Amino acid sequence: MIRKLALSDEILMQVEKPARYIGNEVNSVVKEKDKIAVRFAMCFPDVYEIGMSHLGIQILYDMFNQWDDVWCERVYSPWVDLDKIMREKRIPLFGLESQEPVKNMDFLGITLQYEMCYTNILQVLDLAQIPLLAKDREEDMPIVIGGGPCSYNPEPIAPFFDLFYIGEGETQYRRLLDLYIENRDNGGNRLTFLQKASQIPGIYVPGFYEEEYNADGTIRGRKKLYDKAPDTILKEIEMEVSDTYYPLKPVVPFIKVTQDRVVLEIQRGCIRGCRFCQAGQLYRPVRERDVEVLKRYAVEMLKNTGQEEISLSSLSSSDYSQLNELLDFLIQDCNEKHTNISLPSLRIDAFSLDVMSKVQDVKKSSLTFAPEAGSQRLRDVINKGLTEEVILKGAALAFEGGWTRVKLYFMLGLPTETEEDIRGIGDLSNKIAATFFETVPKDKRVNGKVQIVTSTSFFIPKPFTPFQWARMCTKEEFLEKAYQTKQGIMAQLNQKSIKYNWHEADVSVLEGVFARGDRKVADVILKAYEKGCLFDSWSEYFHNDVWMSCFEECGVDVAFYTTRERMEDEIFPWDFLDCGVTKEFLLREWKKAMEETVSPNCRSKCQGCGARRFGGGVCFESNNQNQN
Amino acid sequence: MGQDVLAEVYVLNQTIKIRIKFAKYGTMKFIGHLDIMRFFQKAIRRAGIDIRYSEGFSPHQIMSFAAPLGVGIESKGEYLDIEVNSMTSTEVMKEALNQVMVPGVEIVSVTVLPDNVKNAMASVAAAAYRIAYKEGAFPIENLEQKLQEFYAMEHIPVTKETKKSVLELDLKPGIYELKMVAADNTNTAPEIYMLVDASSSGNIKPTMVLDAFCSFCQAELAPYSYQITRIDTYTNLAKEGEEKKLVPLEAVGK
Repeated sequence: MIRKLALSDEILMQVEKPARYIGNEVNSVVKEKDKIAVRFAMCFPDVYEIGMSHLGIQILYDMFNQWDDVWCERVYSPWVDLDKIMREKRIPLFGLESQEPVKNMDFLGITLQYEMCYTNILQVLDLAQIPLLAKDREEDMPIVIGGGPCSYNPEPIAPFFDLFYIGEGETQYRRLLDLYIENRDNGGNRLTFLQKASQIPGIYVPGFYEEEYNADGTIRGRKKLYDKAPDTILKEIEMEVSDTYYPLKPVVPFIKVTQDRVVLEIQRGCIRGCRFCQAGQLYRPVRERDVEVLKRYAVEMLKNTGQEEISLSSLSSSDYSQLNELLDFLIQDCNEKHTNISLPSLRIDAFSLDVMSKVQDVKKSSLTFAPEAGSQRLRDVINKGLTEEVILKGAALAFEGGWTRVKLYFMLGLPTETEEDIRGIGDLSNKIAATFFETVPKDKRVNGKVQIVTSTSFFIPKPFTPFQWARMCTKEEFLEKAYQTKQGIMAQLNQKSIKYNWHEADVSVLEGVFARGDRKVADVILKAYEKGCLFDSWSEYFHNDVWMSCFEECGVDVAFYTTRERMEDEIFPWDFLDCGVTKEFLLREWKKAMEETVSPNCRSKCQGCGARRFGGGVCFESNNQNQN
Repeated sequence: MGQDVLAEVYVLNQTIKIRIKFAKYGTMKFIGHLDIMRFFQKAIRRAGIDIRYSEGFSPHQIMSFAAPLGVGIESKGEYLDIEVNSMTSTEVMKEALNQVMVPGVEIVSVTVLPDNVKNAMASVAAAAYRIAYKEGAFPIENLEQKLQEFYAMEHIPVTKETKKSVLELDLKPGIYELKMVAADNTNTAPEIYMLVDASSSGNIKPTMVLDAFCSFCQAELAPYSYQITRIDTYTNLAKEGEEKKLVPLEAVGK
């Protein structure tokens, strides 16, 4: 049976990549809508190629569609060409599977993976013909749910959502949908559903609260508008990661997408505790998947998709305890099937180089180090347990093994950063180049060269990290630091071997506002969208001048959210959420950072972060937890 | 080729050349040629076909497509050739492939090619198309007579704009047939049928013929008001100097 498409041939022939809008991909799920109790539109608010590359949506899509009474469909942001046509012709945004309007479905779930997608949330709502503000929505309109990392500070986008699901989706969605069905069957309305939903663990209904402010604009407290709404909301977490939902038949796109491979999530969480890293705190404690389960998943996913490549996914793959066994298996299996293996987030050492030499073309691939800071002092501040000695040793091993390309990642604007730390970026880049010339004899050098690409991003303090108290730099400070970095590299002996890239500063400043923003920021986002801001994460569509004029018109001060020094006892907009890690622990880590003291990783010694209460993690398993 | 012969080929450890004919329609007409190639690469892996890979560090499947089909055009006669190390039968392979297709792509036939046959792309000599007006009959008066008059002309000059220059072309020698035909579906109006050159040196797009015909009739068709379907792709079995002997690409195999 061929479905009728939402868009006419004429429109599809006019837009770039019509395959973004027609569905019908291998493993996409079409159900008989008459037999469905709940229809769920799952949206990634960016273009198809980005959204289709996201594992989280594939997991939830698979989970929902395993349930006979639920039909989950995918929705992505229409690209600017189609966006224009849909507005002109008043075509409602539709689900890819049924090609029917999103506004006719029961739920619209939107994943919040990065702050710069916020105007795209409004685009999706607007094109779906759903009022942008939750309070304006009528009874028969979909319940709009947010989830994903940015929901750990939902306040800047709180007015646009009916509810947020805080934490991992595997645990409470069935309960939420059952509640929805029961409420509908009993003649309940939107409000009674939201009231009952607010009693489910992990569910946050923003409409039941108001922020109250001090005279200086900081938060005094939160007022409840529904007395049964909980004071704090603890994140949801799936502790049985080897025995839960996993998409063994992921959807296979027709067009090339960013992540064009099957993804094997080997573990969740990270033992490292880098103080700038939000994911490292949000997803605690570490939970490894059983290696036998992973082997089976890999074989089945490759068979069910026909993909030519498999990638391991985790925050730090080298810390997975069964990595050796898993890779031995994959290398053999993939060799037989002519499949490639992609290995991101591996620490460079003899073991990983040996593995990489088996799965990659050494001459073509590059090695990646992420020292994040240029000096040992600053690396101690951020708790990045990577020393210059380890980097240079890894580089020497790699050069002996035939690699000639190295990528280095650093951050500028980290707390306590000095000019000396910045000079360290050029020095370290230079030492790696020098290591090449010392290690590889002249007659063995491929083209006689080594290529070092040094990239810097600007540090943005994020909620639920030890640096949530940190001052963020201004745009001018950032650009000055990038300039100093460039000068530092230009002054090096091997500067011809080093290429330097840096980020735009404008967009980092805006991301900084959204990351630690409160509800006042929502007005700015709404205004910017009304003035045409969209796809802000795409530099060609980012209009900083428009954004700045919106801040001015709304009377919202950028510096209040970015460069302001925060007191230790300040109430943050996200303090009512509990990600498992306590504020006391984060504050301890913030103070240790200021003392330039490192904290050991979870496997070496438990730091008492608080996530042990979920009943898992390496500290729980080995029982080496902090005794005090 | 019988089952026993195939078994013999397998024993000799030679590769077997396979020609796959497929149809592409409905929503799949919006998937471009390169993406269809990627689709088949994955489909062959899903179907568990023992396809041959090239040598080297990043081996790729030995695969050749016949004539690229423009986005928006449907087809009942697309072809690709592959080489396999082993197989049970063409029927089993056809079934295995159809199991892993999506709505809008259908395997029509699988045939084994003789060893000396040129690959699909090099074999293409012509393609047949039908053009149907989407709503009712073509808005051109005396269509059948006009079409005859048009095709009776000694030359059909058109200009073709390339990136570098504007070329003067005569379509006539490359149009092997042009006529009205009854619709596949009895409820719809007659359609235009054409058999045209599709070789790499003289490929004629069906829209070039249609545009020339429209300007001959001084008629104008709205863009996207008609649907083009490729009926089949042909190879020429005649030896040099002989009259053309066009047969569908699948007729070469067994």
